[in-house]
Amino acid sequence: MTEPLQHADHLLRAEGLECERDGRTLFSDLSFSIVPGTLTRVEGPNGSGKTTLLRILAGLNDNWSGQVYWCGQPRQKHWDLVRRNVLYLGHRPGIKMLLTPLENLQALVAGRQQVPGRVLGQALEQVGIGPWSHVPCGQLSAGQKRRVALARLLFADEPVWLLDEAFTALDVDAVAAVERLLEDRVRQGGAVVMTTHHEPAMQGMRRIRLGGAGEQGPVTRAVGEVD
Amino acid sequence: MGQQQSLSITVLDPVTTSPGLFQSMVAVLQRDLRLSIRQKQDLLNPLLFFVMVVALFPLGVSPESEFLKEAGAGILWVGALLATLLSLDHLFRFDYEDGTLEQMALQPQPLFVLVLAKTLAHWLATGLPLVILTPMLGMMLFLDGNSVAILCLTLLIGTPVLSLIGSVGAALTVGLRAGGVLLSLLVIPLYIPVLIFGTGTVMAAAGGSDVSGHLALMAAMLMLAVILAPLAAAAALKISLSAS
Repeated sequence: MTEPLQHADHLLRAEGLECERDGRTLFSDLSFSIVPGTLTRVEGPNGSGKTTLLRILAGLNDNWSGQVYWCGQPRQKHWDLVRRNVLYLGHRPGIKMLLTPLENLQALVAGRQQVPGRVLGQALEQVGIGPWSHVPCGQLSAGQKRRVALARLLFADEPVWLLDEAFTALDVDAVAAVERLLEDRVRQGGAVVMTTHHEPAMQGMRRIRLGGAGEQGPVTRAVGEVD
Repeated sequence: MGQQQSLSITVLDPVTTSPGLFQSMVAVLQRDLRLSIRQKQDLLNPLLFFVMVVALFPLGVSPESEFLKEAGAGILWVGALLATLLSLDHLFRFDYEDGTLEQMALQPQPLFVLVLAKTLAHWLATGLPLVILTPMLGMMLFLDGNSVAILCLTLLIGTPVLSLIGSVGAALTVGLRAGGVLLSLLVIPLYIPVLIFGTGTVMAAAGGSDVSGHLALMAAMLMLAVILAPLAAAAALKISLSAS
């Protein structure tokens, strides 16, 4: 284990990011920092590159230029460190229809964290999947599957969370519960970057705005907004 | 909150805080085998296909024992090869579609290690059952006991090579909607050397010569494939993921 994080540390820093897709510039000259204890919302209309940006930060997408730093060092020198410290939950979260929620969670965290089965069971109870924890996920509703995927957040220890459309298919109560969870996480010093179409009721949120490229050319701004 | 206040969250060291290589491989293997057992038709289809392809030759060419004795090893090898090919498209496709592959690519362990575990699971679910079925089909084709034993041995060494080479093709085509046909076109040429040595070994044994050299060459192919194929497949998967 290394030193506890300070508020001033830059976990991830992007400089001059530029990404093109199908001959269209999604964003260019995009620079921002992800620091501990902040929640950043990536905003923009459909097709503006929100998911692409998160995938670039996670290290899944290679079709971009610019530089990404991890704790001040170029990221490509520290891939194992970055992979261990950044949790990415895409809108396809890796839930197998033939496995039960418990087996799914086990398989998903097996390579990242040593989590006792008891903790996994408790996490499923907490997201309200307890009674279904031994039913194949194919028989659950879309919202319940999303809950299974989000149950990981209850014990995830990565300092950076990248969440793509985490609220999809969740009911009002579940959305509120996830928001509370993220707020707690940020208070403890975690950094959360998320895309969502629903406006979260959270304080001190930072924003990265990606513009629709159609009308006025690519407009990209990283705004360090408080509120 | 003050600027200098320490936080309770720390940067994690991947070596001490995440499970080891072996443990993560076992987890992948366990998940894939569990999925194979629950998806029974995926387990049975290649086997039925194998039996049917083999049954076509006596019906379509000649039921004479002379012909079958001579062609039996080749027929069984081609059958096993096509059955493996049939199952390859599923190797990464479901994982790609439901996001499992993304999560695997983001694990702290190198991706090729996990790909090796996946390929092993694929072989255990398709290649090994084919080998187990072979003695029965061999007798159906009038092969003698010695030939059947050598044939099983060559398939035991050869089918993992088929799974490993196939994993590279499957990784390259996983992002394509109609990848199945392209996958066959990519992989079949690479299967030819394995096929030649596999059937050649059985022929040589039937001709009464020593086959230890043949078997050693096949084992060398297997070693080469174990080392190189997962690396190539992992690189291909990263390209496929990056384009999605």
